[in-house]
Amino acid sequence: MAIEVRVPTILRSYTGGAKVVEGSGDTLTALIDDLDAKHSGLKGRLITSEGGLHRFVNIYVNDEDVRFLGALDAKLNDGDSITILPAVAGGALGFAAAAALLGR
Amino acid sequence: MARYESLLDACGGTPLVGLPRLSPAVAEGAPPVRLWAKLEDRNPTGSVKDRPALFMVREAEESGHLRPGDTILEPTSGNTGIALAMVAKLRGYRLVCVMPENVSAERVQLLRMYGAEIIFSPAAGGSNQAVATAKQIAAEHPDWKMLFQYGNPANARAHYETTGPELLHDLPTITHFVAGLGTTGTLMGTGRFLKEKVEGIQIVAAEPRYGELVYGLRNIDEGYVPELYDATVLDRRFSVGTRDAVLRTRQLVEVEGIFAGFSSGAILHAALAVAHEAVRDGRRADVAFVIADGGWKYLSTGAYGGTLNDAEEALEGQLWA
Repeated sequence: MAIEVRVPTILRSYTGGAKVVEGSGDTLTALIDDLDAKHSGLKGRLITSEGGLHRFVNIYVNDEDVRFLGALDAKLNDGDSITILPAVAGGALGFAAAAALLGR
Repeated sequence: MARYESLLDACGGTPLVGLPRLSPAVAEGAPPVRLWAKLEDRNPTGSVKDRPALFMVREAEESGHLRPGDTILEPTSGNTGIALAMVAKLRGYRLVCVMPENVSAERVQLLRMYGAEIIFSPAAGGSNQAVATAKQIAAEHPDWKMLFQYGNPANARAHYETTGPELLHDLPTITHFVAGLGTTGTLMGTGRFLKEKVEGIQIVAAEPRYGELVYGLRNIDEGYVPELYDATVLDRRFSVGTRDAVLRTRQLVEVEGIFAGFSSGAILHAALAVAHEAVRDGRRADVAFVIADGGWKYLSTGAYGGTLNDAEEALEGQLWA
């Protein structure tokens, strides 16, 4: 089963620079395990030591946030498209500056 | 009501208009599925941000955080800066905006017209440079006040007390509310109000997915989730890429005559997704979504004309929502 996974720039050191990789699995957990077998270390950047999705990582299945689709248990199908992105809200620059000012 | 004591009193109360041409067609006898646009560009400075700007300033006045003649420091170049500049002018405050030097000419001109002072941070340094610049300014001026829209409860409260009740009044049959996810104030405030009043309502977020340049080498350990964000208020969250946002923004003006900014196109994209699902499942749906601002400020991007590829290229590296 082939699922296309788009990898953000910051994680391409694990995929030999590849922007898009293929994986398989019928759940997100299975897909991440499969990806980690091919691209060692990737799993550790997506999942915390407690076993949950990293707070600042967003993963989308066909443009929808997996946190609302069952998170790591989200069901996947052949032909799905997965996008991994660092969490950046709109006006990223503004909040980064504001947060720093307030010491948060 | 069409007469107000001042411009500040004219904030909110925006029209909700049906989109008969963009709403998906349903089979004869099937329950209707309708799209409704809340025209937030009809606010005093032309965006949804007038609501939180007014509420945040009023709250700061009531709590004593702001005193007459104070200076407000706002590190954003977007609609919040423009809204705050107008409110600050009318309520007697000085506004200083910190922004990168590569923002559009329209933004700078608008802010200056409203009387804001601008401190530029070098574009080359990106957000790290802006943080450094902002820290330096704050250290030099410890008496300047920040409203911090990402963590200010008055931001969400503006929508809980105004946007939510307006929607329920104008569309009691509402089944879905769709808005953009930035500070999260619109979705948190409106979403909480509607969830209390309308059983089974779905609150749907549309988040912009920018070009690669924007995310760049952003470190995953240094992400940021606004303090206002509470995932339990949302039912679904869509990530909308630049191409889809531009396509929908163009459809809004071409099909329904609504000239909006690109964030509204992204929101329409998510609204259409839930509307089409309702059609497929044979469910009735009244999907209300937010037009966050008009397209005027984005004309210079050139993304309203030419091919979608041209538009995508024009917006690459820009924070279009």
